[in-house]
Amino acid sequence: MAQDDTNTDLQETVLNGLHRALGAKMVPFAGYDMPVQYGLGVMKEHLHTRAHAGLFDVSHMGQVVLRGDGLDDALEHLVPVDVAGLPVDRQRYGFLMNAEGGIEDDLMIARRADHLFIVVNAACKSADIALLRAALEPKDITVEVLDRALIALQGPSAEDVLAELAPEVRAMRFMDVATVTLDGAEAWVSRSGYTGEDGYEISVPNAAAEALAKRLLSDDRVEAIGLGARDSLRLEAGLCLYGSDIDSTTSPVEAGLTWAMGKRRRAEGGFIGADIVQAQLADGVARKRVGLRPEGRAPMRAGVLLFDAAEGGAQVGEVTSGGFGPTVGGPVAMGYVAVESAATDTRLWGEVRGKRMAVDVVSLPFVPNGFKR
Amino acid sequence: MKFTEEHEWLMIDGDLVVVGITAHAAEQLGDVVFVELPDPGGEVSKDDEVVVIESVKAASDILAPLDGEIVEVNEALVADPGKVNEDPEGDAWFFKMKIEDMSELDELMDEAAYKKFIS
Repeated sequence: MAQDDTNTDLQETVLNGLHRALGAKMVPFAGYDMPVQYGLGVMKEHLHTRAHAGLFDVSHMGQVVLRGDGLDDALEHLVPVDVAGLPVDRQRYGFLMNAEGGIEDDLMIARRADHLFIVVNAACKSADIALLRAALEPKDITVEVLDRALIALQGPSAEDVLAELAPEVRAMRFMDVATVTLDGAEAWVSRSGYTGEDGYEISVPNAAAEALAKRLLSDDRVEAIGLGARDSLRLEAGLCLYGSDIDSTTSPVEAGLTWAMGKRRRAEGGFIGADIVQAQLADGVARKRVGLRPEGRAPMRAGVLLFDAAEGGAQVGEVTSGGFGPTVGGPVAMGYVAVESAATDTRLWGEVRGKRMAVDVVSLPFVPNGFKR
Repeated sequence: MKFTEEHEWLMIDGDLVVVGITAHAAEQLGDVVFVELPDPGGEVSKDDEVVVIESVKAASDILAPLDGEIVEVNEALVADPGKVNEDPEGDAWFFKMKIEDMSELDELMDEAAYKKFIS
């Protein structure tokens, strides 16, 4: 169980020194040296975020600005969501597609006055940027990769805490975007996150990040939260983790993400992989992503196979992420199951350490979201 | 108290040996959320997987430290796995064993040797 604190191959975010000063346990994640937990531990960090507010360093994610004439059309070819209809200072969830109808990455797209600001996953960012450059630069659209910090403040107290620095954030609704001054720094703030709670994601210049993080952490309602609780929070919220719940082999239809596409894009197509996605929309799919609630206390983690009988029977699916849900107070999971077994309340059995354990298909999320719509 | 390289502690209690995991192991595991105990009465061999323990992070096993018979298990951990983090070297013992050859205990680490082992 020895820990290597000196992995020199890893990149660091600008808040690395702060994580260490706060006593974080650091782990390699997507090529970065990141905090998996702080002194509170995963369970208490999770519960604190749901009760008050948590601060997350997500600076390892990719931040990109896209500019140019014809940008909306060009991006809509890659991303099957309604970019053209996205109003200024609003944000939308989307995904980059491949020709097989699979998802290359999921991302956030925000429209600002004269550009689109997108945030992509850390593990995918170099591939995403290459994909964006290859598709957009020949159309004279610039792809500018930013070197900025990204901090998420999440939880029911997030509004009160952030409003002390910038009262105007109170008026923002879920998925609104604004530029505000926080502690003297220009910050691009969206009212969004990855926990199912109300909260904000805040992009700031690197030079301002540590002072802002410390200022927010000085509030008694705010605790630093690591990747461990970030994962259990998003899982309870029913949100997909790229690389686990969605990947290049899962389609938005199978993943239950067609709500993000909007009516126009579902009907018109015109994006990479549209032939496959539209055929799935018309004819249905063989498997679907579902929520899974194990009956006992044993967690069912990624890779657990799901069967339609306690003994024998057929394999009907597999868990793609799972663990313990601190707010639920028991194990929670997500996975793909055959559509015949995907109806809510279907009883399935997951094989854990050679034993079949009962698990029920449930609707997501496990914990109601706290978004300010 | 004696210690194994698998981060278990053993304490002699009459003719039995009480087994748990060390504070160091509990801290490395993180919050424990699930414990599965063996049925008492079973004969076990050294390094048999006898307990399953899952934390918020991962699943791991506790191995039988020596040959013997499991005579009692701490059922309270099943209902309240968090005890493993609260009092790993006290209330949160996992099982009591009858050891075939008590002299084998002498080959395990004492506290000073274990502290050196984890440093």
